[in-house]
Amino acid sequence: MSETNELRDAIAEAIEKNEVILFMKGSPEQPMCGFSARTSGALKELGAVFAAVDVLPDPRIRQELSAISNWPTIPQLFVKGELVGGCDIVMEMHDTGELAAVLGIDAPPAAAPQAEAQAAPAAPLQIENRLD
Amino acid sequence: MATPDEIKARIETGIPGSRADVQSDDNVHFTAHVIADAFAGIGRIEQHRLVYGIFAEGEIGGPIHALSLRTETP
Repeated sequence: MSETNELRDAIAEAIEKNEVILFMKGSPEQPMCGFSARTSGALKELGAVFAAVDVLPDPRIRQELSAISNWPTIPQLFVKGELVGGCDIVMEMHDTGELAAVLGIDAPPAAAPQAEAQAAPAAPLQIENRLD
Repeated sequence: MATPDEIKARIETGIPGSRADVQSDDNVHFTAHVIADAFAGIGRIEQHRLVYGIFAEGEIGGPIHALSLRTETP
């Protein structure tokens, strides 16, 4: 199996294994793009627990991700294995309250219960587990 | 570099009957509001994919750094 396919498999596995996973530029603590900052910010605001993958360290992550998702831009948010959207859709859903609904969050951020830790990261991807 | 008018023309040609209002401050980051009958009955993801699909692979994220979308039906 080529290295590229291994990477694609690892991305697919990460999407499958993490209930909420955000592919972004940079990290939630240090986003490297305004779109990624807004999207991770919306998740943090809702108190969502999410895995985050930085696509910047290797351009192939983005290539393979886009091939899987049929979506050209970063960030990309997946919930329960399904692409929810990029920044525009996620922010639109955040405004309407749909984002909280999709995430199964109905409490305000301050009162949001701490969810349990997510699955361990898949090997070739650096996935941060968000527990705050 | 593309101008908002060029992006508008490509969207309106790519999705017949659509109307696009495209803005950009720098001709690399664009914001488009697209209204099209073609969006009827499909979800937001598919609506955005229709618009993204007009552009060549690598064009968005490449020469077009960002294309922020708002889509709706007439």
